[in-house]
Amino acid sequence: MPTKIEKDTATGRMTTGHEWDGIKELNTPLPKWWLWVFYACIAFSAVWVVLYPGIPLGTTYFKGVLGYSTRVEHAENLAAVEAGRADILAKIRSTDVSDILKDPETATYAVAGGRVAFAENCAACHAAGGAGQAGYPALGDDDWLWGGDIHAIRQTLLHGIRSATDADTRTSQMPAFGEILDRNQIQTVATYVLSLSGAADPAPAVKTEGAQIFADNCASCHGETGQGGRDFGAPNLADQVWLYGGSLDQVAAQVAQPRHGVMPNWGGRLDDATINMLAVYVHSLGGGE
Amino acid sequence: MSTSGIDMGGHDETTAPPALFANRLKVYAKAVQGPVRRIKWALLVVMLGVYYILPWIRWDRGPGRPDQALLLDLEGRRGYFFDLEIWPDEIYYLAGLLIFGAVLLFLVTSLYGRLWCGYACPQTVWTDLFMWVERKIEGDRAERIRRDKAALSFDKAWRKVAKHGAWVLIAAATGGAWIMYYRDAPTVTMEILTGQASATVYSMFALFTITTYTLAGWAREQVCTYMCPWPRFQAAMLDDQTVTVTYQAWRGEPRGKYRKGESFDLRGDCVDCTQCVQVCPTGIDIRDGIQLECINCGLCVDACNNVMDKLHRPSALITWDTFANQAALAKGEPPRHMKIIRPRTLIYAGLIVVLGAVMMTAMLTRTRVDATVIRDRAPLFVTLSDGSIRNGYTLKITNRRPEGSDFAVVVDGPEGLIATVHTPDGRELPADSVEVRGDTQGALRMFIAMPRKAIPEEQTPINVHIRNLTTGEEASVATVFVAPPSGGDRTQRTNSVAPVQMP
Repeated sequence: MPTKIEKDTATGRMTTGHEWDGIKELNTPLPKWWLWVFYACIAFSAVWVVLYPGIPLGTTYFKGVLGYSTRVEHAENLAAVEAGRADILAKIRSTDVSDILKDPETATYAVAGGRVAFAENCAACHAAGGAGQAGYPALGDDDWLWGGDIHAIRQTLLHGIRSATDADTRTSQMPAFGEILDRNQIQTVATYVLSLSGAADPAPAVKTEGAQIFADNCASCHGETGQGGRDFGAPNLADQVWLYGGSLDQVAAQVAQPRHGVMPNWGGRLDDATINMLAVYVHSLGGGE
Repeated sequence: MSTSGIDMGGHDETTAPPALFANRLKVYAKAVQGPVRRIKWALLVVMLGVYYILPWIRWDRGPGRPDQALLLDLEGRRGYFFDLEIWPDEIYYLAGLLIFGAVLLFLVTSLYGRLWCGYACPQTVWTDLFMWVERKIEGDRAERIRRDKAALSFDKAWRKVAKHGAWVLIAAATGGAWIMYYRDAPTVTMEILTGQASATVYSMFALFTITTYTLAGWAREQVCTYMCPWPRFQAAMLDDQTVTVTYQAWRGEPRGKYRKGESFDLRGDCVDCTQCVQVCPTGIDIRDGIQLECINCGLCVDACNNVMDKLHRPSALITWDTFANQAALAKGEPPRHMKIIRPRTLIYAGLIVVLGAVMMTAMLTRTRVDATVIRDRAPLFVTLSDGSIRNGYTLKITNRRPEGSDFAVVVDGPEGLIATVHTPDGRELPADSVEVRGDTQGALRMFIAMPRKAIPEEQTPINVHIRNLTTGEEASVATVFVAPPSGGDRTQRTNSVAPVQMP
């Protein structure tokens, strides 16, 4: 609050009456140029309001005589981006996937595009970055049910696994051995299977019996040594990767009443360029063959 | 406070409230000759010469690279200073240089006042040049005042047009030269002259031309008084040992008109000729004492000395001196030498030494290779079919050299660790010679696998070393290798199996 407006003896100026710690503020006039800058700003804003949108009018707004709109600008930018992408997307669409990898620029673009498509379409089951979860294979490891080269990956993407809506889908079925073998035999063969990867060390008698059951019932699909069979998606049983868990109970359960994963066929849902980009991306995760 | 009686410059003595705004009192600075003026001319020529010529100096950096000695290539995102090349992430060198310059300015100010303002500040230098042009065309102070007051005539008109024309030309040369620091000078000059330059170049050209013309031609001392922050806080660097332009009031007062032949006994040396006021580019009276508007240019020193010479009085009535010495002389005490070593000068000098040492060390130990390692967060790790654990990383190798080089990637960690380097799209590269093109940052994928038994803990520190095989320059980055927790059920989350203990 101004206290006492008085004349400053040193300068002859009037004070504003403001005083702080004995220091009084002079009422110094503004420089004229400063005022002109201020007026110019007012004039500028008046012109701006006429040219550009800025005045609300109830449910609508004054659009400005230039017709400028950030939405239109955004749509134009998006269209420009689409147009800029068209060439490389056409190339990715028409190139054989293994050839995409030969051109670093296209491959880098495909990896980036595939990453986005993956997050949108695949991460719900296979988890971010292809980490996988129980029942859904990890895509960054070196274990592949149906093959891990880029053509096999593309085939899986295109037609899915056990997809009901695609005649060309990859399909296979493991019998429910709970109806064929008794509980003891299932325990024995599950123990044997675990021993194949060194996860169990059963007694010699158990091992011999398990080997016999395995040879009779499992080897035709999973191979003599449990190495699996990619022709029908039979998992490798001698490695350390387990889709439905690797404890004795989990393996036994899978023998007795197998679960079969289903992956949709993406062929009809995603365009060819996206499928190719996804194949390149999944192949690049670290397990590509 | 009883300073009444001293007229501080013709202010209204009535008690009416002051006007809302004030007209500028136009300063008609008079020409002056003398040693100070000669130093100012010499510095002006040197500094303007450096400014206009520097962008034209060539510097060979090999094919495909700019050959301009000093270039801030914003589009290419590189700063070139002779043999030094700065990337955007090394901009701290520039920040360091600016801080160094600021502290140097503090030191100089605490020793010799506002030398920067009076001699080196671009505002002062260009204003000086513009005033020289003005004097050449419109004549000196008295002639300019007379002509400005006179009615419009052909003589007045052509001189005004010629002056502003010359100012615009100088301003355009200044604005043009500014752009040359950001674009190749010969190319951008040709582009500007032939109408080929981009809208950005033309608008920048126009901006710097207009600002030079406005600030040096019209605003002048108002820039120092109203716009510049430096005068507002430079007082914090001054003390009573600082050398500033000062009027020796004890010797000059009482001042008064002087008639030839009169004695100087019982009066001061100041003859109130107001030469010091007439030559002042900021239009102040130095006899009022040190003040905000004074830029310490010392032109009043020359003007006063010329008068003192004619009167055969000792020179230096207006001179550079310390407050302390002036106070001593005013009391009739013996002169006091300036104390150069004072707490503030020691602190500033110490800061300069420390900053200089830090910057020198940074420059000398600077390598042209840099590495960044970003660990994948999804997935944290992957179990491989043989049970070993693998982590994925994005490895970025920055090759700041113009030529491409092969780099060796070596990963330090527990026994059994296997590191592989891949292109972003998955092709494996030999880790002992990864090629990175010159002047680029190469993005690579790196996978590190460890047998489960070899993994010491959940988070194992590892070091990634990068070595340029041509130059031997190295960079190291510390990161971690993440493994599943050793306890608990990890089969659900990782699709992997723990060794099962059978009953």
